Amino acid sequence: MGKRELICIGCPMGCPVTVEMEGDEIVSVSGNTCPRGDAYARKEVTNPTRIVTSTVKVEGGLVEMISVKTKEDIPKDKIFDCVRALKGVTVKAPVHIGDVILADVAGTGVDVVATRNA
Amino acid sequence: MKTYDIVIIGGGPAGLSAAVSAKKSGTDSILILERDKELGGILNQCIHNGFGLHTFKEELTGPEYAGRFIEQVQELQIEYKLHTMVMDISSDKVVTAMNSTDGLFEIRAGAVILAMGCRERSRGALNIPGYRPAGIFSAGTAQRLVNMEGYLPGRKVVILGSGDIGLIMARRMTLEGAQVQVVAELMPYSGGLKRNIVQCLDDYGIPLKLSHTVVEIRGKERVEGITLAQVDEKGRPVAGTEEEYECDTLLLSVGLIPENELSGGMGVELSRVTSGPVVNESLETNIEGVFACGNVLHVHDLVDFVSEEAAAAGRNAARYVQEAGSRKAQGTDKEAAGRTVEICAVDGVRYTVPSRINTERMEDIQTVRFRVGGVYKNCFVSVYLDEERILHRKRPVMAPGEMEEVKLKREELLRHPDLKAITVKVEEV
Amino acid sequence: MYDVIIIGAGVSGCASARELSRYRAKVCVLEKAEDVCCGTSKANSAIAHAGYDAPAGSLMAKLNVQGNRMMERLSQELDFAFRRIGSLVICRDREEMPNLQALYDRGVANGVEGLRIVEQEELRRMEPHISEDAVAALYAPTAGIVCPFGMNIAFAENAAVNGVTFRFDTEVQDIRRTERGWLIETNQGPFEAKCVVNAAGVYADVIHNMVSEQKIRITPRRGDYCLLDKSAGSHVSRVIFALPGKYGKGVLVTPTVHGNLLIGPTAIDTEDKEGVNTTRAGLDQVLEKAGENVKDLPMRSVITSFAGLRAHEEHHEFRIGEVEDAAGFVDCAGIESPGLTASPAIGVMVSEIVRKILQLEENPAFVGTRKGIVNPQEMPMEERRQLIRENPAYGNIICRCEMVTEGEILDAIRRPLGARSLDGVKRRTRAGMGRCQAGFCSPRVMEILARECGKDISEITKAGGASKIVVGVNKDSL
Repeated sequence: MGKRELICIGCPMGCPVTVEMEGDEIVSVSGNTCPRGDAYARKEVTNPTRIVTSTVKVEGGLVEMISVKTKEDIPKDKIFDCVRALKGVTVKAPVHIGDVILADVAGTGVDVVATRNA
Repeated sequence: MKTYDIVIIGGGPAGLSAAVSAKKSGTDSILILERDKELGGILNQCIHNGFGLHTFKEELTGPEYAGRFIEQVQELQIEYKLHTMVMDISSDKVVTAMNSTDGLFEIRAGAVILAMGCRERSRGALNIPGYRPAGIFSAGTAQRLVNMEGYLPGRKVVILGSGDIGLIMARRMTLEGAQVQVVAELMPYSGGLKRNIVQCLDDYGIPLKLSHTVVEIRGKERVEGITLAQVDEKGRPVAGTEEEYECDTLLLSVGLIPENELSGGMGVELSRVTSGPVVNESLETNIEGVFACGNVLHVHDLVDFVSEEAAAAGRNAARYVQEAGSRKAQGTDKEAAGRTVEICAVDGVRYTVPSRINTERMEDIQTVRFRVGGVYKNCFVSVYLDEERILHRKRPVMAPGEMEEVKLKREELLRHPDLKAITVKVEEV
Repeated sequence: MYDVIIIGAGVSGCASARELSRYRAKVCVLEKAEDVCCGTSKANSAIAHAGYDAPAGSLMAKLNVQGNRMMERLSQELDFAFRRIGSLVICRDREEMPNLQALYDRGVANGVEGLRIVEQEELRRMEPHISEDAVAALYAPTAGIVCPFGMNIAFAENAAVNGVTFRFDTEVQDIRRTERGWLIETNQGPFEAKCVVNAAGVYADVIHNMVSEQKIRITPRRGDYCLLDKSAGSHVSRVIFALPGKYGKGVLVTPTVHGNLLIGPTAIDTEDKEGVNTTRAGLDQVLEKAGENVKDLPMRSVITSFAGLRAHEEHHEFRIGEVEDAAGFVDCAGIESPGLTASPAIGVMVSEIVRKILQLEENPAFVGTRKGIVNPQEMPMEERRQLIRENPAYGNIICRCEMVTEGEILDAIRRPLGARSLDGVKRRTRAGMGRCQAGFCSPRVMEILARECGKDISEITKAGGASKIVVGVNKDSL
């Protein structure tokens, strides 16, 4: 039986949560003080995901770089693939918040969009 | 001399929210003075997400959050000047500012809202010994270089201080190809949010060393390495615990200081605890018609609370100029209605904002924000009106890094006509 | 072939270069750093000493008093900051009064004017923050404070305008006698000169010993300092020294010409001629000792600390003159405190020695005045408005702590021997010298430097050499 130790990020308490696993099956979640800890731990051990934010170069704008993000969460293990895919990407002004900068980044099905105007 | 009803010093999150709120409260003549090339302040370089959960019920990045307010400022046709540095504010609210197109100019303000934000503590303030090579950056400077200009300040990084900017930069530098070796924190606890410790450090296997500090910086031209040592309970390095790290960069995230040089210059009373102005329930300083909000008032951890606080400052400033207008029409002085009661911050509560309340002029529900001086587990936050305890709220955990708040009801305060003091404290039971 | 090569672009080298530019001579200054004022001259107490410290009859005493007397006029001619604020040497023990009296007597013998011993009551009135146990003080009204960068840079610019060549990043490796004079090997190739001036600061022994059998030894003596914010700048209004005595040498507390408060230095002998690292013990000592003579120092207001190396010669005397066994080789060595004060007089003395050796004639084209970088903060409002109308860059604040405008930074870069690095800009304009210690302005100054020097931002350094600020661009290693 496997064990995963996590710190819940639901609130400042930061409960140390232990998840017991049987293969891919969650047997138990303990250490949390509220249901948010349980939900967080289950998600974190089965399908951890993150929003990734980064920058790309912009030409012809007021600024040198524009900030971007994955429009939705992507799998945690795709984070570096995502930023590598953004290496060398340059866009031309004007760019608006929400414009797609790179579609389907690193095969995740998620678009990278601009988070500022330029 | 040009005149505006309200002049707002700073176009960051506090200034923007104050402007929008003042306008919506019925004051049209508003001017925002911003020193940078665009509105939005420090949010423009905070490209990570996590902003706006309270305000917009969604997770935005810093520039997106700023964008929402900038849009409102533009829709409401609020005037602003960019590239404009405020040089001086006189106690009678004449603002002297400068930019390259208008030159040096003066503006008479009916009310002033101070929203200048804060600056980072520098290496000098910590007095870390060693050489003074290139490669030592405050986390915010590094953030600007990476996020706004696309330059990498270093490849092998040590971060001192686990404030949120330091944690965020640990992840940012990692994702741009740098190797972040360790984050050291002087205190036995981190000043940053839990979420940031997990998602910025743990996700990337970056160790956090609590009760550690930098005791030496090596390298004459560029940083070549640093030495960390453990500290005792008084924060003094413990001999024999030194560990050397090879690195080309030291980032410092060791605290923020409200930027109150202008406030001090005009005679605004400053708190020794927060380094920000001492304010009343209207977020008004000791100078009538001068209000303060955001990080210039006290350093916040969440921008949502900055916006909320600044909106109150904007409302109050609008009310002030409107009342001043009617007083002028009637030829009367400002009436001294109601009574002003001091809020005492004791027993673990370091300060409160506001620090005094006029029971007549307060809003129906008054938010009082504060920070605690240490980590408290399973304690109570209590509020006393003189000897009577009116609030006793259990808190599983409180830490200096997380701002706390209590809400006071006006009607409850009015039930105590002889009220002398309001006390906010941490209690064990 | 130069007539004169001066090794070292610190304050004594540059003062000598400026004085030599009064004559018809081909003069070159070799400097191993990327700018003038990069060694001892940039990190010291920034004091114009009155002249009661050095033994009567010593060269140190003579040049100190002379240099002090030259300050006012020179600061006007060359446009650098100098204020004659006076100094007080504090005596905290009645038993040590004879030492205070001895200092007074020595000062009188050295020709220091206006010296007076002030008693407790008057002392309190003069300086309310003086320590409770102070019993008396030696008051020297002629002491002052000076901007060490300002003075050094002013000498250099004025020398350059009058025809002196400056070669930076040029490190002397060897010096050999030739038939016509001296051959100086450097990392930038050889240079030849009829006459050499050794103004190499802590390296003056190394340079001297290349040509002379009568070896000298210069010990770098480190001094740690703390600089406090301008909010603490008026804590004292004169230079406050401790009376050297049984409690040791003590540290000084002084306002600076820019309105900060400076405390220090320690005195720690080291072997390392580049050892300008502060230490915990050193800084602690500064903070502790400063409090002995001045009470209620707001230590929370420390904005930076630094260390400088004094070029201590074993006899504690300036060594200025042609070296006995090396004709045409002039030492300007052992220039430690009061070297900054004495530097105007050192410059005159060195140039006089060289003039006699080379039989130099006056340069009729010599211009003895120089305008510094304008400081808009000192201008009346209307004049400042006019300046911005003529050049909008003076309306654009770059360093918000010190309120330095783009106009001043551009001037610092574009003028003769202009700044090439962040520190170069800082020493000329104070951008980055304030309470945030360049956190805000450094990316902006880098941008201006890159634009003006035709470089990429990645090439901009803090202080030349390997001190690059950024090491690459985002994702370049991914």
